[in-house]
Amino acid sequence: MIGDFWVHPSLILILGALLLPLVPARLRQGWLLIVPLLVFARIATMSQGAFGGVHFLDWVLTFGRVDALSHVFGYIMGLMCVVATLYGLHVKENAQHIAAWIYVAGSLGVIYAGDLLTLFVFWELMALSSVFLIWFRQRPQSLGAGFRYLLVHLTGGVALLAGIILHSQATGGNLAFTTFDVTHPTPAAWLILSGFLLNAAVPPLHAWLPDAYAEGTFNGSIFLCAFTTKTAVYALCRGFPGMEILVPLGVAMALYGVVYAVLENDCRRLLAYHIISQVGYMVAGVGLGTQMAINGACAHAFAHILYKGLLFMGCGAVLHMTGESKFTALGGLWKKMPWTFVFTLIGGLSISAFPLFSGFVSKSMIVAASFEEHRLWVGFLLMLASVGTFLHTGLKVPYFIWFGKSHCRPETWERAKEPPWNMNAAMVIASALCIFIGCYTPYLYNLLPDPEAARNFHPYTSYHLSETLQLLLFTAVGFFLLLKKLEPTPTISLDLDLCYRMGGRAFLWLARKPIQFVDTCVGEIYRVLGLLPLMLTSRLVGVFDNRVIDGLVDGFASTIRGVGSRLRVAQRGPVQENLTLVFAVGILLILALLYLV
Amino acid sequence: MKLARFIEFLRNRLRTVVRLCLGVLALLVLLDAIPGLVDKEHAHTTAEHFPGFWSIFGFVGCGVLIIVSKWFGHAGIMQREDYYDR
Repeated sequence: MIGDFWVHPSLILILGALLLPLVPARLRQGWLLIVPLLVFARIATMSQGAFGGVHFLDWVLTFGRVDALSHVFGYIMGLMCVVATLYGLHVKENAQHIAAWIYVAGSLGVIYAGDLLTLFVFWELMALSSVFLIWFRQRPQSLGAGFRYLLVHLTGGVALLAGIILHSQATGGNLAFTTFDVTHPTPAAWLILSGFLLNAAVPPLHAWLPDAYAEGTFNGSIFLCAFTTKTAVYALCRGFPGMEILVPLGVAMALYGVVYAVLENDCRRLLAYHIISQVGYMVAGVGLGTQMAINGACAHAFAHILYKGLLFMGCGAVLHMTGESKFTALGGLWKKMPWTFVFTLIGGLSISAFPLFSGFVSKSMIVAASFEEHRLWVGFLLMLASVGTFLHTGLKVPYFIWFGKSHCRPETWERAKEPPWNMNAAMVIASALCIFIGCYTPYLYNLLPDPEAARNFHPYTSYHLSETLQLLLFTAVGFFLLLKKLEPTPTISLDLDLCYRMGGRAFLWLARKPIQFVDTCVGEIYRVLGLLPLMLTSRLVGVFDNRVIDGLVDGFASTIRGVGSRLRVAQRGPVQENLTLVFAVGILLILALLYLV
Repeated sequence: MKLARFIEFLRNRLRTVVRLCLGVLALLVLLDAIPGLVDKEHAHTTAEHFPGFWSIFGFVGCGVLIIVSKWFGHAGIMQREDYYDR
């Protein structure tokens, strides 16, 4: 298919982004709606196959590998791009929209990439464009968080590139992105895996996520929460299905996020920790590697992008309207923003896998797959993480923002009201999709990599309903009984970003104190032991040269110097006097010449 | 603002709402115990056949998560907000 003209969805987005500054102001909102819709339409109507092959040096790069796996991820990302752009439609800075669209283009590029080199280029494009969504918040903290985000991602990118180069060498230049040997992974595969795991925020490579996503702009975080981690889940599904180590890592992630969410005071940081927790389910699903588990990982990523986007939209609306995102500065907002509460609650019920909401039909696939494989501890621990999910996103977030004791300052309370129409519309669409996916399972199940297996999975059995309702509703009982313990406190929780935040400071201290000291010492030693003797020696050599050699020859040099120093005395320095003298002598000479001729 | 009025309506009748919820909880456990209604064929372990197993799991799990996390947080993880600025 090489040479055929094939329109890459990323190309539409990048062109749309670059042309945005040229679009007249009155057509701008239309442009912001049409471009993502075009991209989504392009994705939804793409036929399967390998397209967009390009010869580059010795390689054939494939920009468009469309199969069931890439289609489901591409589809949901195109859809989310529409919803998230609608949410930020009223944002005036073009640069924000451009950064967001190029970020989505990077993500789509990774998903449709058929080879590792193309994947790497788009992978870096994602990191470089998404950091602007953090910086545009324009707080001093955002600047720092953005730099940390960028440094961490570039480090991951270097690991990925190193892996790709090693892999290319081992396979004789074959760069095709296919499944790696997961039973005997090569060092190259480990390096590539570590690059993927960093983007999937798998502990201990996770701390960038809550650090950055809580600092993003109110609409930038909607993009951030959807694309980076889910693109990594796609890459894991493609490259490492059935890799055993992913199962314990995924389960640990699922619980790690939940534990930190208990301690968190900032609602967007809490949601960010729940991304880690939810991606844990997907990573565990990829590790299990069965048809049902991979289906589950994809289904959960699909549902997750929508409900997590919805949750971030709800909390983003609160931040946008009140300027606050901390529980200790909010509370009792149900009178002011009741609809935002309802939308956030729908997101909360979806992530908690309540029956009739999207999480119920996706999360259960992964849990069922683990029980089916007789990995009981995996199943039970994932169920425990579900308890934590409902506890925080279903109960803690809505309760401490919209109910509970109001900690709002008078100006916060005054500012609080329902967000603009476009933000509401985006939340309505996301809510409707969450419920639609939960109620009408064929919509999602037909998109999955193995639709046949998915159709044989029935989430709505009496046992599963009873199990889920008991689990969640009794969690609610626990929540209200232990409400005092969950009362938010104005604290932050230290995470592994401490290592590089403090590590950076330690490095600076090291440079300023010991390294500077050693440098000064070396300089001093060089001066005392090196420069001084050198100068002394050269002076002695000079004297020897002057007195002995010149004296022995004919004293020519000292005579010249003697004449020179006499002349120097005659030269007193006043410029005007000298010039007058020179001109006078000159005129006299000319007159003499004329007279003589 | 009809929605706000509805929430206020429920808040004014908090006692009734709580009682209703407790009734639903009891009903759930009760239904779980009826083999004809809830088919436990899908259960994976014998423990799950115990009526209300997932109620206990949810309630205890919730308590354990909160207590363990808080203990973890107070073991030096939770710090003042200006921790990194000092």
